[in-house]
Amino acid sequence: MENINHGAIDPEDSGRELAFVTVMGRDQKGIVAKVSTVLYKHKINIEDISQKVMRGNFVMIMMVDFKDSPSDLEDVKTDLAKVGEEMSLQIQIQHEALFKAMHRI
Amino acid sequence: MTLTVQEIFETVRMTLHQNFNIRTTTLGINLKDCIHSDFSKFCDQVYQRIRPAADRLVREAGKLEILYGVPIINKRISVTPVSLIMETHAEPAKFLEMAKTLERAAGDAGIDFIGGFGALVQKGMTRSDRALIESLPEVLSRTKRVCGFLNLGSTVAGLNLDAVIALGPILKEVAQKSGNGIGCAKFGAFVNAPEDNPFMAGAFHGVGEPDFSVNIGVSGPGVVRDVVAANTDCDLTELSEIIKRTVFKITRAGELIGRDLARRLEVPFGIVDISLASTTVAGDSVAAVLEAMGIEMVGAHGSTLALALLMDAVKKGGAMASANVGGLSGTFIPVSEDDRMTAAALEGALSMDKLEALTSVCSVGMDMFAVPGDTPPEKVSAIIADELSIGVINNKTTAVRIIIIPGAKSGDVVDYGGLLGKVPVMAVNKYSSADFIKRGGRMPSPVTSMRN
Repeated sequence: MENINHGAIDPEDSGRELAFVTVMGRDQKGIVAKVSTVLYKHKINIEDISQKVMRGNFVMIMMVDFKDSPSDLEDVKTDLAKVGEEMSLQIQIQHEALFKAMHRI
Repeated sequence: MTLTVQEIFETVRMTLHQNFNIRTTTLGINLKDCIHSDFSKFCDQVYQRIRPAADRLVREAGKLEILYGVPIINKRISVTPVSLIMETHAEPAKFLEMAKTLERAAGDAGIDFIGGFGALVQKGMTRSDRALIESLPEVLSRTKRVCGFLNLGSTVAGLNLDAVIALGPILKEVAQKSGNGIGCAKFGAFVNAPEDNPFMAGAFHGVGEPDFSVNIGVSGPGVVRDVVAANTDCDLTELSEIIKRTVFKITRAGELIGRDLARRLEVPFGIVDISLASTTVAGDSVAAVLEAMGIEMVGAHGSTLALALLMDAVKKGGAMASANVGGLSGTFIPVSEDDRMTAAALEGALSMDKLEALTSVCSVGMDMFAVPGDTPPEKVSAIIADELSIGVINNKTTAVRIIIIPGAKSGDVVDYGGLLGKVPVMAVNKYSSADFIKRGGRMPSPVTSMRN
């Protein structure tokens, strides 16, 4: 596996409710705009963005804080999936605790 | 603390492309305090205990699937072994009534399987245990969701051959009464049955458990297969290390989600069961992991070593990741529910004898395999007795889930569809051990059990 620390993201902060929005697929215009629009609609704050080409695929990660979002995460998911379908991208939103549990002791 | 893009996408890929999921969240429920001398009141209390808890389990597990983006495939219930709570109502008809109550409570909550319709008979049978065993053909053919089990032996108690003898004709009757022997798929014959196993058909809420307890079964044979396939040149020690690291991650995710679920349900967290569990979904196969190691088809010479290595690495990775590893925590190699196991049985690569050998190293037992409908009951008992003796002597859980298919011959294939998959009917040894099995009694516990 590549051992690059490019785009390292720091999710350590107790006052926030953090999740990672991950996007995979073909690079194209408007990805950030459309994903950001969904997040803005649900009052989810983008804390950090990182993107790169990995194994020939475009990948993007947004670290977001959804503490102040009045929406159900299910609705956010549905809206992101719609963008994913329009642009042929795989878009996920997952709580950051999962990543911490799996990759840090 | 930092997370890299690679780490984040490793997790995303596991769930999107490698079938990583929480295989089951099983809520164990104590029913002992529901016992009542008035049987209909007793049934009402059982329903009232299970139904709201099951509703809550389904609701909260659904929320966690969304929060973590990890599918939770099954939400299930296990209860106190039913023979225990029925001691004062020990009649087969009442057992059927109780089974229907469990069926209704689970069904109304949208739960597909409820476990615990069984008895602990490792040393002997009470009147209630006998009535439960007698009721099994009716219960397993007339309910869809109720799963049964018997604990027929343990390393400390030995093997109760009298109960194994009783089970042979009972399973044949289950097969006759349920279409294509499907009722047999909902029953497991165990030794050293764990009291916190979250997996059906053998899940029950043990007598040493609290009122409620949440147990989690994680699974990811697809994830392990991919990591093994990506490392073709490493030796067995390195391979073990690679599997350990992967299983560590999977188990940590299971523990996180299990603890969160327990918190939301306001019940104690029980255990994480780290069993690799196959499903009929392509790529979700334990046999495929062995193939990725270099075994052409499971059953080939070398398969037992490959499985031993796999499970040992899984246990070590899991033990490092969670302080609460429990349940079966072996590997499941069901013949019907794992498409590469099915293929190996169909091709003749995997015989029943090799299946039994595989179960001696690390697996949970002979699972979801089919035998011809004309297999005599004492031969069914002998197959079960052989497998269970492996568990008793080696101080491990073993189990048998045998499907007897009426009218089927060796080489036939029966397609159950869905979760249960395709079942190839395997040849049984044509020679008899009836004179040995009919001796009955109890095989004494092994000398290794004397540890006090």
